[in-house]
Amino acid sequence: MKRELAIVSGDVAWILTSAAFVMIMTPGLAFFYGGMVRGKNILSVLMHCFVIMLLISLEWVLWGYSLAYAPGGGFIGGFQFLGLRGVGAEPSLIYATTVPQNAFMIYQAMFAIITPALIAGAFAERLKINTFIVFTLLWATFVYNPVAHWVWASGGWLRSLGVLDFAGGTVVHITAGAAALASMFAIRKRSGFGSITMEPNNIPYVILGTALLWFGWFGFNAGSALTAGGSAANAFVVTNTAAAAAGLTWMLMSWYFRGRPSVLGSMAGAVAGLVAITPASGFVGPLAAIAIGIGAGVFCYLAVLLRNRKNLDDSLDVWGVHGIGGTWGAIATGIFAEAAVGGTNGLLFGNPAQLVTQLIGVAATWAYAFTLTFVILKVLDVTMGLTVKPEEEEVGLDISQHGERANATS
Amino acid sequence: MKKIEAIIRTEKLNDVKTALATKGHLGLTTYEVKGRGRQKGIVLQWRGVKEYRVDVLSKTKIELVVDDEDAPEVVDIIREKAATGKVGDGKIFILPVEDVIRIRTGERGKDAV
Repeated sequence: MKRELAIVSGDVAWILTSAAFVMIMTPGLAFFYGGMVRGKNILSVLMHCFVIMLLISLEWVLWGYSLAYAPGGGFIGGFQFLGLRGVGAEPSLIYATTVPQNAFMIYQAMFAIITPALIAGAFAERLKINTFIVFTLLWATFVYNPVAHWVWASGGWLRSLGVLDFAGGTVVHITAGAAALASMFAIRKRSGFGSITMEPNNIPYVILGTALLWFGWFGFNAGSALTAGGSAANAFVVTNTAAAAAGLTWMLMSWYFRGRPSVLGSMAGAVAGLVAITPASGFVGPLAAIAIGIGAGVFCYLAVLLRNRKNLDDSLDVWGVHGIGGTWGAIATGIFAEAAVGGTNGLLFGNPAQLVTQLIGVAATWAYAFTLTFVILKVLDVTMGLTVKPEEEEVGLDISQHGERANATS
Repeated sequence: MKKIEAIIRTEKLNDVKTALATKGHLGLTTYEVKGRGRQKGIVLQWRGVKEYRVDVLSKTKIELVVDDEDAPEVVDIIREKAATGKVGDGKIFILPVEDVIRIRTGERGKDAV
């Protein structure tokens, strides 16, 4: 039987659509972050996200897809798919077996792109653009590709252990959060951090960015079903539900603790919910999604509070939202997974072993991503230098790194 | 009474404001302004294809009205906090003020400063 007969057109339509949805999340993230920094640095933040699209789109095609998905060992894939050799219209026998393999590949490319973009929020407003480019390529190659292989590739050691990660809570959010944590310790704080107020320059951009992220996340989670059917529909439903629950939770917490509901906080809350539901989206039902969303709102709010109290500089709270949100999501998957939804039971449905498995995945990913990121940053610090000079930071990265202004008023 | 107008680098505003506040000079007004001095402007780029020079640059102007005897101290504070030693640090102007009135209470002169 020709492999082409295995293609299901509804699945192809959905996975290609989902790939486009996830693509828009990177510019969406760019504006989500861009609106939060000071006006003199907005172009540099936007540019970080766009540069990643330029770099990783090519990295994935040349070697990323191969290292993540080509048959290899438990730790990393092989070189069989370098330059997408053999990756074409014919479906894979292992991954997304009802769509052309290059459709699966391009869908995964969008995940590989957005993950380093998340980290950019941690060291916004102080990293040199050339160091950033080298960092991105090293990180994608040595952190993202291996972890993606561990969790999603056939033969990957975490997948073989039974770790559940439907759409990337571990592969995307924990790795980014751990990298952000490493950045907090490896990179100096922004000049004036703690003593001067660094006000968001454009909260409407943050809101618009949140909207694009929420919209795109339907492709991120529901597309991870890799088929157009009940699993995708479930993921879509729980994604929306968790985002709403988390946004509401953060809003109410800000109202209670600060006296007024925070607009920026509600946005962060919704994103935290989307992060947390990501690994669980194929395995839990809508009521669990509400619990997961509330948990995300609570834990991520507290994480941001903690980071603030410790006076650590994670410019845009990547650790608090993605690191902690992704960790909660991975653990929650082990608690709320329901075989009726996704084929595996978690703690609440009589299978406590799944929770243990999830914890192993969480711990291994934190340890690896944190350590590798720290090492990469330190090496770059010694060779290229990480941060801009004080005068460049004063004048702003838009002018000093790019020679352009965001808003030229004649 | 004297009005002190200072055109300073925007990134120095916070340091200047804080230092003035510690000496009891809380009231002031700030403006975002553009201007040209002897600093030769900065070079920007257009689409990475060509460059252009902008010589009317953004700065911050602060204004405060103080007693005559406080004026020298205020000038010293501004100079100390706003200077970087490079061309483009700005200028301070001192103008005489005829009278000052607090709108809420009607107080005049030194009491209203």
